[in-house]
Amino acid sequence: MAEKVSVKVCLGTTCFVMGSANLQELIEMVPKKYGEKVDVSGVPCLGLCSIDWEFSKAPYVKVDDEVIKEATVEKVLKAIDEKLAAK
Amino acid sequence: MAMNISPQRQTSHLKREILVRLIRAFLSDNFEEKTRLIPYDMRPKGHEVPYRCCIYKERAILRDRTVAGLGHSIEETDDSELLSNLAEKALSRKEPEQNPLTVLTTACKGCVPARIYVTDLCQGCVARPCVNTCKFGAISVINGKSVIDPAKCKNCGMCAQVCPYQAIQKIIVPCENACPVGAITKGDDGYAQIDFEKCISCGKCVAACPFGAVHEKSQIIDVLKSIKDDKKQVIAMVAPAMFGQLPCTPAQLKQAIMKLGFDDVYEVAQGADITTKTEAAEFVERLEKGEEFMTTSCCAGYNELVDKHIPEMKPFRSDTKTPMYYTAEIVKKEHPDAVTVFFSPCVAKRREALKNPNVDYVLNYEEVGAWFIALGIQVAECDESSFKTESSAEARNYAVIGGVAKAVQTVLPEEIPAHPVIIDGLNKQSIRDLKKYAKNGMCELGNLIEVMSCQGGCLGGNATVNAYKPALKQLTNYVNSSDSIVKEAQKVEK
Repeated sequence: MAEKVSVKVCLGTTCFVMGSANLQELIEMVPKKYGEKVDVSGVPCLGLCSIDWEFSKAPYVKVDDEVIKEATVEKVLKAIDEKLAAK
Repeated sequence: MAMNISPQRQTSHLKREILVRLIRAFLSDNFEEKTRLIPYDMRPKGHEVPYRCCIYKERAILRDRTVAGLGHSIEETDDSELLSNLAEKALSRKEPEQNPLTVLTTACKGCVPARIYVTDLCQGCVARPCVNTCKFGAISVINGKSVIDPAKCKNCGMCAQVCPYQAIQKIIVPCENACPVGAITKGDDGYAQIDFEKCISCGKCVAACPFGAVHEKSQIIDVLKSIKDDKKQVIAMVAPAMFGQLPCTPAQLKQAIMKLGFDDVYEVAQGADITTKTEAAEFVERLEKGEEFMTTSCCAGYNELVDKHIPEMKPFRSDTKTPMYYTAEIVKKEHPDAVTVFFSPCVAKRREALKNPNVDYVLNYEEVGAWFIALGIQVAECDESSFKTESSAEARNYAVIGGVAKAVQTVLPEEIPAHPVIIDGLNKQSIRDLKKYAKNGMCELGNLIEVMSCQGGCLGGNATVNAYKPALKQLTNYVNSSDSIVKEAQKVEK
């Protein structure tokens, strides 16, 4: 069986306030849509916001090694589809 | 229903980013200059232009948003004035401005006026229900298509409802459509204007405008100034909805707020416990006098609505004060010289605070969140710090729709039957219902009417940070871990 895609939704304070509060629905939605193929979870601060003014690009989501800036539900689902297609 | 209360909005992202930059500017060694540079830092030379026609317009709009962040009225601020001067003026201001909302005409698109529009989908059918339904004779068929005469059309929308092809559309202006009291309208220049004589500060236009053109005038600079002044003791009063907003425990949130520089944090639920008992006693008294019903009185948007638009409801509205009122009274009694700051989920509490000498400032949850970002505080990593006074489960549940009526019901004596009616959000229909109850002196659905201006209660406020569902889950956990206001034996004396 192919390797799973991992999705980490940053729930650190910065990401949460800048919009990951609204990405929490991914945590319910992704398993329903992709089943066993994708692992999704909310994680503590990934540390991406602390460099200089990078808070303005929050919220961050990591799909495997790819960092998605200013993440939205649509952007994350698109990234998952791309990863699954490449595996 | 509740799922769509707070969808993600890019306009919120912009507003929050400006707040973070303003707070960092204040904490830097050159507040005025750093404030002046905010639009240029956000859109430096060569930066992509994500939303508008050119980088200059983007900067102009960001400049106006910063004006609101500084707490000024955008309408009354001259375009030629530098942000650095305005930052200085914000510092010297003694008290916040009166009307809590301000409109950016640069961001207001000047949407097309609300009207009924026949689209190309019109098939010029034989049945012609649109022509037959129109009571005003405004529709005729010209060249095989329905045409509306704007001079005769009253925008009733009946034709749009009967068209079998859904070819007729009602074009709405989002802010006008969201406002339950007709206070925001397009002026002669085509841009939105707020009539503050009518405005009830419910904040629905703030949430509705897709261009983010309606702003709250922030008091963040005033609060930062008080915190910086070592001689002043500054106390936070946190409304119950806050405990559903950020990914941490209530005790961690208290510690995080202390890290911002506050000297102490009170739960507004402490005041809510007084509201519950007072309101229950008042309810008993009113029913015994033979009154048919009573409405709650803790929602500031609803209170403004009654005062400005439904004066005939005044005799039926509870005279009990709000949780904010009682909490501020307690704080000022214990610390007479303290500066008090109310942490609010909505605009309306700003108006209530302006009328209450015990509440000095109001911060909304977006502003508090931006402050945590500016200082790099991770709320989930904060130590736990408990509240000096524990509040009841019922009081902490005030932020959830139906929570206030439920709390009052809990403390009522058994022989007094309360039949709660819940108004879940003010809109044109629920306002018509309320007017009817006031006019008839009775409500056929029940005798204890809880009115919440926002759908979902305070958790659905315009300035909340968390999405509705997870916020509800988190707050409910807190409520469930708290003790009830009464044991059976302690109900209010009849």
